[in-house]
Amino acid sequence: MNKAYDKSTRIVCKALDVKISELDDWNCCGASAYMSIDELKSHLLSARNLALAEKEKKDLVVVCPACLTTLNKTNHYMGENPRLKRTIGSALRAANLQYFGTVKVRHLLEVIVNDVGENEIKARVKRSLSGLKVAPYYGCQLTRPFGEIDDKEFPMLLDRLLTWLGVEPVNFPMKAKCCGGMLAMTSEKVGLNLARGLIQNALDNGAEMISTICPLCHMTLEAYQGNVNKLFGTKYNIPILYFTQLIGLAFGFSRKALGINEELIPSQPVLEKYLEVVR
Amino acid sequence: MAEKIGVYVCHCGTNIGKTVDCKAVADYAKGLPDVVVARDYQYTCSDPGQEMIKKDIRELSLTRVVVASCSPLMHEGTFRRAVGNAGLNPFLFQMANIREQCSWITEDRHLATERAKAIVGAAVMRVAYNEPIEVKKVPVDPNVLIVGGGITGIEAALQLADAGKHVYLVEKEPTIGGYMARFDKTFPTLDCAACILTPKMVFVGQHENIDLLSYSEVIGFQGYVGNFTATVRRKPRYVDEEKCNGCGTCETKCPLSVPSEFECGMGKRKAIYRPFPQAVPSTPVIDREHCLYFTKGVCKVCQKFCPSGAIDFDQKEKVVDLKVGTAILATGFDLFDPSRIKEYGYKRLPNVITSLEFERLTHASGPTGGKILLKNGKAPESVAIVHCVGSRDRNYNEYCSRVCCMYSLKTAHLVHEKTEAKVYEFYIDMRAFGKGYEEFYKRLLEEDVTFIRGRVAEVTDVAQEQSEKGKLVVVAEDTLLGIVRRIPVDMVVLSLGLEPRKDAVQVAHTFSISRSKDGFFLEKHPKLAPVSTAADGVYIAGSCQGPKDIPDSVAQGAAAAANALSLIDRKEVELEPTVALIDEESCSGCKICVGLCPYNAITFDSTKNVAEITVALCKGCGVCVASCPSGAIEQQNFTNRQLLAEVEAICA
Repeated sequence: MNKAYDKSTRIVCKALDVKISELDDWNCCGASAYMSIDELKSHLLSARNLALAEKEKKDLVVVCPACLTTLNKTNHYMGENPRLKRTIGSALRAANLQYFGTVKVRHLLEVIVNDVGENEIKARVKRSLSGLKVAPYYGCQLTRPFGEIDDKEFPMLLDRLLTWLGVEPVNFPMKAKCCGGMLAMTSEKVGLNLARGLIQNALDNGAEMISTICPLCHMTLEAYQGNVNKLFGTKYNIPILYFTQLIGLAFGFSRKALGINEELIPSQPVLEKYLEVVR
Repeated sequence: MAEKIGVYVCHCGTNIGKTVDCKAVADYAKGLPDVVVARDYQYTCSDPGQEMIKKDIRELSLTRVVVASCSPLMHEGTFRRAVGNAGLNPFLFQMANIREQCSWITEDRHLATERAKAIVGAAVMRVAYNEPIEVKKVPVDPNVLIVGGGITGIEAALQLADAGKHVYLVEKEPTIGGYMARFDKTFPTLDCAACILTPKMVFVGQHENIDLLSYSEVIGFQGYVGNFTATVRRKPRYVDEEKCNGCGTCETKCPLSVPSEFECGMGKRKAIYRPFPQAVPSTPVIDREHCLYFTKGVCKVCQKFCPSGAIDFDQKEKVVDLKVGTAILATGFDLFDPSRIKEYGYKRLPNVITSLEFERLTHASGPTGGKILLKNGKAPESVAIVHCVGSRDRNYNEYCSRVCCMYSLKTAHLVHEKTEAKVYEFYIDMRAFGKGYEEFYKRLLEEDVTFIRGRVAEVTDVAQEQSEKGKLVVVAEDTLLGIVRRIPVDMVVLSLGLEPRKDAVQVAHTFSISRSKDGFFLEKHPKLAPVSTAADGVYIAGSCQGPKDIPDSVAQGAAAAANALSLIDRKEVELEPTVALIDEESCSGCKICVGLCPYNAITFDSTKNVAEITVALCKGCGVCVASCPSGAIEQQNFTNRQLLAEVEAICA
């Protein structure tokens, strides 16, 4: 299903004239388990990506808030801690790389909302999704810890974008709460309970669908929805789509091109009500 | 003619004597050029110490004096007076600091002694070039400007006016009274705010020595201590203050109601209005933005019914100049805007209200007639009070706002007294520091209020259990129990912190005063000069200097008045003697110094094409001296010759 995020991201960026190119020879950002086991290794993984991006003199755009946080963390810590900067520097030199700390790391959502903007997006909307009620879900990492791009606790970037697409973002108080994904292996019940809270809150506010900006949140809400139902005796069946898929739909791309047939909880029954011709 | 220099090396008990061999330094000084006497002494600042110097001046006809002791900030004044009393010009004295800059910063007796010799040697070389300076005096205008008509400004105005001084009290709102006029009860005594405030407001309105300029703002402030000119903009009220008798007919007849600012938008006022019935002055104002005549050109009902013909739609803004000798700033504070903390839900969740909105709800003349009600008109069954909203928080303001703990306790008491509601207080630390405050806290503990120690993480309407449905859930980590608490309540009162006024930057600039890191006005000394500022003759009082409760604000208002009185009754003030002077011949007219002077003391004479310093405004900071590319500016007592002599001696 993450293939769908990849497909829809590329197609939407092309349509919006956002020039992206895949970072040559990139590696894992260093999130996952590294950060809690060996922080230095995590920083080194991040720094390698940053060094590669600096060579290309471009902003480093990611579609995953965990990558965003991890890369930004390394950037920030290197600026604050000269000793860490030296250690990272010598490790990079061993790989014939260097990093001066100039790369700006950004999430695609913020690039689309702030750089492309309302007018450009509205001008490309070809298909009406009018009336579709979507819960805009940001997850816990996009705006934390510093709240540089939006309010830490109550962000609005995705809400605004959805409005431009003609979609109705529902009031979603839990929009920046943890999805529980990180706990799937260690404390499954606690994690599933967090996911349950989110889904319930989206439904209570009339959402027919949840839109995500993070692959891990996406997987938790979609792939674990059945586990949530099993554990709590609920009957949830709410589809989850990436924000890029919704943009693509509004722009008139085919379902297939956007990967809207690959999800585990089909979105078709909901979309059918609003899109007369979605084939 | 060779100078006759006396050098006195002070032991300062053991402060200097322990690390510096003072006798050796004195002996060294004896060998320096023009030194006729050099002595070491236990406490030179003592009376016998000063007498010794005076005696030497008289008997040995000394022409210059050097004392090697502490920092000039400590005793320069002492020794200058002593030298002056013995008949020498006080500026022919030089202080050498061998305590803070020598004995206190090294433990090696030999090195310290050598260093002390170098410092004393430099002072001896320099003092030969010191020149006598006559200190200028200027008369003090007895009129006082007070900016801000809250309780602080009111107190200062009444103190000065009762002492027979003329006061101009400038208030930007249509009435004086400030925040205190909007409060219900005051902690810890629970006396009614209006009952103790409104008599003072009436005195201000009636006092023969007070000119009340309400609905006005200070837009300019020029001059120097004792001789300022304040420029005040008087906004048009469209009601003639002379003719109006305050009968209120216009308010009754006006057909247009709009939300009242005084009631935090919870009540209504008319387009012609007084913020509250006991307003001073009692003259209403017309709100131009809403008035039907100004917006649509119709109505004029107020004019038709006014019995004294006071309504004047043609009134224009007026700008007046006031001559004053001193000014007191009592411009107060702004409340923190809680909608910045999104997770507390203010403006998003109904029944999350601010502490000021609560004051109006519980006030007998407020929008609910003093009843504490929810938005649906029902009485709450449970109320949570959240401390430190915007205070003690690195995301917003790091400082403690000082008043919130106490007024939160008062909030709890009033809820308890007027409703059956269960009351929860979420606090970080309880700060009950004033007289009678701890006792008030104890009283509340016994009133069955539930105190939960923990900063509130969020206020949410997302229920997790049946008992939370339809409630506001306050989530906080209880740091005494070490667990996360979720408390469902009907009403949440946010105890807002205090912030500097939004226009504090401009006001500080207008009055040439500084602000501290937190944005409040900066006092001259945090302990010993709490109401003075870096600008002589300009005082600050109340919450414009930092958050304060009513007793502290009143005390500062009175203190600022006493400071102003002391200056006025001196009749004249001494100006800063070590001012900068421009040599017109060398000035190239580049104007660099004009923009750099932090005291606006330098102007440019375009006919002569040279910069000019208004000596009365100069504080002797030396910025212009250092910046002048032509070397045309020299500061008295810091001339190039003096400084170079010092450098030469040290480098020799």
